[in-house]
Amino acid sequence: MENKYLIFLGCAVPYRVASYEISSRKILQKLGIKLIEMPEFNCCGLPLDMISHESMLTLSARNLVIAEQAGLNIITLCPGCAGTLKKVNKVLKENRTLKDKINNNLKETGLNFKASVETKHITQFLIEDVGVKKIEETIINPLSSLKVAEHIGCHLLRPKHFIDFDDPEDPKVLKTLIEATGAECLDYMNETECCGAPSVGVNDKVALKLAHDKFKNVKIAGAQALITSCPFCHVMFDTNELRIERVFSEKYGIPVLHYPQLLGLAMGITPEELGFKDLRVDASKILTQVIQGVK
Amino acid sequence: MTQTLSLNDPIKASEINPKFRLELSKIDGSEKILQCFQCGTCTSDCPIAKFSESYRPRQLIRMAQLGLKERVLKSETLWLCASCFTCTDRCPQDIEVASIIRVLRNLAAEKGIFPTVIREQANSILESGYAYKIPLLREKKRVQLDLPTLPKNDPEKIRIILKKTGIQNLLEKWENNFGE
Ligand code: SF4
Ligand code: SF4
Repeated sequence: MENKYLIFLGCAVPYRVASYEISSRKILQKLGIKLIEMPEFNCCGLPLDMISHESMLTLSARNLVIAEQAGLNIITLCPGCAGTLKKVNKVLKENRTLKDKINNNLKETGLNFKASVETKHITQFLIEDVGVKKIEETIINPLSSLKVAEHIGCHLLRPKHFIDFDDPEDPKVLKTLIEATGAECLDYMNETECCGAPSVGVNDKVALKLAHDKFKNVKIAGAQALITSCPFCHVMFDTNELRIERVFSEKYGIPVLHYPQLLGLAMGITPEELGFKDLRVDASKILTQVIQGVK
Repeated sequence: MTQTLSLNDPIKASEINPKFRLELSKIDGSEKILQCFQCGTCTSDCPIAKFSESYRPRQLIRMAQLGLKERVLKSETLWLCASCFTCTDRCPQDIEVASIIRVLRNLAAEKGIFPTVIREQANSILESGYAYKIPLLREKKRVQLDLPTLPKNDPEKIRIILKKTGIQNLLEKWENNFGE
């Protein structure tokens, strides 16, 4: 397939994380990637897995068929969508009976799943298809004065036997991509632990405690910003940081950036063009630092 | 979701459904339930268990193995799992722990038991195709932000395919249990 990909936005990104979409499109454009809007897509299916596994499989398969008809591979911004589409493609490809069942669900709408497209999250796409070398070539403003921490997000890595990407116990991909911008990526305690977002609405207290643990450890490491690659993790951290500071009587002041925002800055794209004004936690301090290049 | 008996509460013999574990061992996702030897790796590595006083994946699995079907399916803690899959990746018996939790949730949902947030998302998917209904204002903002307009989808098609999976029935049962 050529240098053209379908972009699958999923639900969370168009609903409330415009800054992630804006910055992702900007950096992909800079890298010469042509994005085709995924026609008629629907929710990836993940939220329904909790109450009906078959519904999840069916919704997900519908998206995959739409991509098959377009004859293009999929790039997603959300690790949940990527994980779901990948997993469903694999499971249905390997299980004939299940595939027939799901195709029977789709039949009335004239669709038939074949398992002929591949799905990648933008992070996986950047490391595998674009490559660090090409990314480094686009850097005109290395962020060498910046120290950050990463939070890659569970669904980009787990469960390992379905996702088969990076090392879930010691993930390196997002670190490598961060270091390509010139910034330093610090290690911290419990780096691979959940952000808490899935517990929001079920048990908000537990959700906040998880996010609090993250900020605590990121602060101890001395990071000036937290870099995410998932819309849910981003919302969890960015929209709750001030509340967590209040509830736990602590002070972090750690801006939470989408990875494409960080890369965009290093590519010399302006903060306005990267959706920085949508961030809840003020990022002006690091922006002044990296844009003037002073420490 | 009112009943929250845990393993710590006394077990009545009448509560036990001896065939439950066999039922589970035949369902896609919980096939390996009998192989769990209760080592506790899942619980000790679970980020939710770390911050919750009640959620313990090992305990839920034990309760299911013992046949405490109603207790498990009515347990509020069942809905706390974040599906982070840490347990699945680390279980020494290669058990899909998170999938067992998912199967248990699906069985609870068949009785119309699930949290309101999921009901809202399911309704939104039936109405719009998306888990969150994108407000018109957002669509307008996309134009201002120079983002491509979202593709038009036909929610009727989503309803047709989801009719086959019985989502509407689950929502009706939910209404019977918890609705006005
Ligand atoms: S880690 Fe596996 S074997 Fe150990 S208690 Fe959990 S499910 Fe059972
Ligand atoms: S998938 Fe659920 S049970 Fe397993 S470690 Fe994560 S939160 Fe705990």
